[in-house]
Amino acid sequence: MQRVVLTVTKNEALTPLIYEMHLAGDVSGVTRAGQFVEIALDGLYLRRPISVCNYDEDELTIIYKVVGKGTDLMSQMAEGTQLDVLTGLGNGFDVDYECQKPLLVGGGVGVPPLYRLTRDLIARGREVTVVLGFNTESEIFYAEKFEALGAKVVVATADGSQGIKGFVTDAIRESGVEYDYFYSCGPLPMLKALCLATTTSGEVSLEERMGCGFGICMGCSIMTTNGAKRVCKDGPVFKKEEVIW
Amino acid sequence: MVRDLSVELCGVKLDNPVIPASGTFGFGKEMAEIYDINILGSISFKGTTRDARFGNPTPRIAECPSGLINSVGLQNPGVDAVIAHELPELRKIFRKPIIANISGFSIEEYVECCQKLDKEEQVAILEVNISCPNVHNGGMAFGTSPESAAAVTKAVKAVTTKPVFIKLSPNVTDIVAIAKACEEAGADGITLINTMLGMRIDIARRKPVIANKMGGFSGAAIFPIAVRMVYQVAHAVKIPVIGCGGVATAEDVIEMMMAGATGVQVGAENLRNPYACKEIIEELPYVMERLGIEKLTDIIGIIE
Repeated sequence: MQRVVLTVTKNEALTPLIYEMHLAGDVSGVTRAGQFVEIALDGLYLRRPISVCNYDEDELTIIYKVVGKGTDLMSQMAEGTQLDVLTGLGNGFDVDYECQKPLLVGGGVGVPPLYRLTRDLIARGREVTVVLGFNTESEIFYAEKFEALGAKVVVATADGSQGIKGFVTDAIRESGVEYDYFYSCGPLPMLKALCLATTTSGEVSLEERMGCGFGICMGCSIMTTNGAKRVCKDGPVFKKEEVIW
Repeated sequence: MVRDLSVELCGVKLDNPVIPASGTFGFGKEMAEIYDINILGSISFKGTTRDARFGNPTPRIAECPSGLINSVGLQNPGVDAVIAHELPELRKIFRKPIIANISGFSIEEYVECCQKLDKEEQVAILEVNISCPNVHNGGMAFGTSPESAAAVTKAVKAVTTKPVFIKLSPNVTDIVAIAKACEEAGADGITLINTMLGMRIDIARRKPVIANKMGGFSGAAIFPIAVRMVYQVAHAVKIPVIGCGGVATAEDVIEMMMAGATGVQVGAENLRNPYACKEIIEELPYVMERLGIEKLTDIIGIIE
């Protein structure tokens, strides 16, 4: 964990409720795909945890959905705004897991952390398939970005307005994608359905209401097959076999 | 001029009065990753019970204006695991006196925890949280009546030679009566306040934000209440008081001490600023200089 001041260099709507924000500064605290940052916001007591979509030497990208006061404030921030940010929180995905054909499954605002993961897996020579699930066509974002990284992309929409009609599990079945491991981030019901439907091992990034975000308050604890774990510090990524549904 | 920040709690010398409050600092490990925690006066470690506890269902946290509600529910590995695993780890990163925070759901549980922690050399003070419900008394919290608060105090004092601080709940009608009952029962000091009972409702979902419906409200919002209660109690008892509740700045530490606190705990602020205690300790000498304070002990309870 590092506490740094980062500057907003871009803050644009990707869909009516989803925004992409670029933050420049010392982002060396971020070391793995699947980690998150916590942003202090004026007038709000607790920091807001947001997953990291991508990071490079001096900049990181976050993608967030406007769901409440904090994210609404963020959506109105102008370029040049300086933010107090804790970086490098959470464990992140195991990018070095030995597999050939990883399947990455993202649902809605759970899609962003899979972007950097895709980049890292492709850099390791893996054959990556990404299945992205959204409610409807107007909520789709980043599908072409994953393609540009060299991943095979399958899109599913719940209402069938684009891609395969149904949930990500329907899309996996219908597209006949072959995989030997999976990584996922998205709403809990999706993760549960995915873990039950998949035959291989894999890992999922969980979400829980957090207090501190760095492991001291025990606000976001879950019970796993390995005992009580903190989503913020021991997670957010857990092995499929650890999660108790 | 060199400013003297040192204080003494029942013979336990602290380099400064700043102590992270129980439940907002774990067992020090996570914080030691970002700064040398030996700058702290002491640490009140995560509330420990006889048996391991997972705590309450999630969500356990709710944002509030200038604070938060938590209903963690005393998640901890149990006193045996704390002694076997957490304290040896803490010893490696922290060489100062430790405050052991203890909770229980029966008098027997408090006694067993205190007996076990009494043998730990680095534990300088036992801090007994009496805000928990008594399972043998219809779930009424020990800290809500002078009689049950005194009963816990007496039972615990009988099994330890270490100073015992009773941590009081603010969710009572007469905090002074409870503090006095603890003093008469042999308490060596008082810590106050624990969190205030609070509740938030998600009006869109028409459900409480917290799974357990209610929880403990803490943060800057409760600071004035804490100062008032510290003031009332410190002036009513002869034993030392550790002030706690909404402390966020070096000025807040001074204010708590003027109200009557000898030690000052920092709680919720650690959750939003992991460097809170460090920054407060570094800032204290400057605030003292500005206010013409040479020794912190000079201002304890100066408000009459």
